[in-house]
Amino acid sequence: MSSPRSSSNGGRRPFFRRRKSCPFSGPNAPKIDYTDVKLLSRFTSERGKIVPSRITGVSAKRQRELTRAIKRARYLGLMPYVLS
Amino acid sequence: MPLYETIFIARQDVSATQVDSLADGIEKIVTDNSGSVERREYWGLRTLAYRIKKNRKGHYVLFNLDAPSEAIQEMERNMSLNEDIFRFMTVRLDNLRDDASPIMQGKGDRDRDRADRSNRRDRPEEDPKIEVSENTETKLGISESENMDEIVSHGKEENEQ
Repeated sequence: MSSPRSSSNGGRRPFFRRRKSCPFSGPNAPKIDYTDVKLLSRFTSERGKIVPSRITGVSAKRQRELTRAIKRARYLGLMPYVLS
Repeated sequence: MPLYETIFIARQDVSATQVDSLADGIEKIVTDNSGSVERREYWGLRTLAYRIKKNRKGHYVLFNLDAPSEAIQEMERNMSLNEDIFRFMTVRLDNLRDDASPIMQGKGDRDRDRADRSNRRDRPEEDPKIEVSENTETKLGISESENMDEIVSHGKEENEQ
C-alpha cells in the first residue's frame, strides 16, 4: 500500500503518511488497565510524559482511557510523574 | 451492589504477615457492612516509582469488592486512619477482573530488571579520560619527540571538552 508513488506529481500530497490504526482496536488488542505498567509505559516518553495520540495513533476515545490509566498508575507509585 | 477495586500500599517495615492480617481486617470491615470480597491479591514488596511520604518501597494489596457504598466509605475511613497504610485508591468497575492483574502475571520479570541497575551511564565516560591522562604521563616519561604531537592533540581535545 505504502509503495513510493512518484512524489513529484503523483496527485497525492508529497509528505502524506498513511494514518496508523489504533493499537487498542482490533480483535486481540490489549485492554487498557492501570496496573499494566509495561503496556502503559509504551505510551510515555523518556521523561515520563504521556505521548500525544497524533504520534502513537491511538484513537481519541482510547487516548482518554489511556490517560486516565496512566494517571492512576502514577498516583499509586507504579509509574513515575517525571523521569530525570 | 456496585463493583469496586481497591489498592492500598502499606509501609515497608511492616512484615508480609502483618500486611496479611491488615488485609484481613479490611476484608472484615467490608463483610460486616454486607459486602463481599471477590478477589484479593498480594503483590509483595514493590519499589515505588517516586517517594511517597518518605517511603521508597511498599506492600501492595489489591481487592475486588462487591459492596454497598457505605462499606467502601467505612473501609476508606479506616485506611486513612491506619498509619501503616500510606496510600490507597478505590475505583468503580463495570465488571470485575476475570483473571489476575498484569502485575501478578508478570511478577517474574521484576527481579531481572533490577540486575540492570549496576551499570550506570556516567561510569564509562569517566574511565577513558583517566586512561588518556595516564597515557600522556607515560609518554612524557619516555619523552620522545615523535609523541609530542600526540600530547598536544590530547591537550586540545581536553580543552575543547
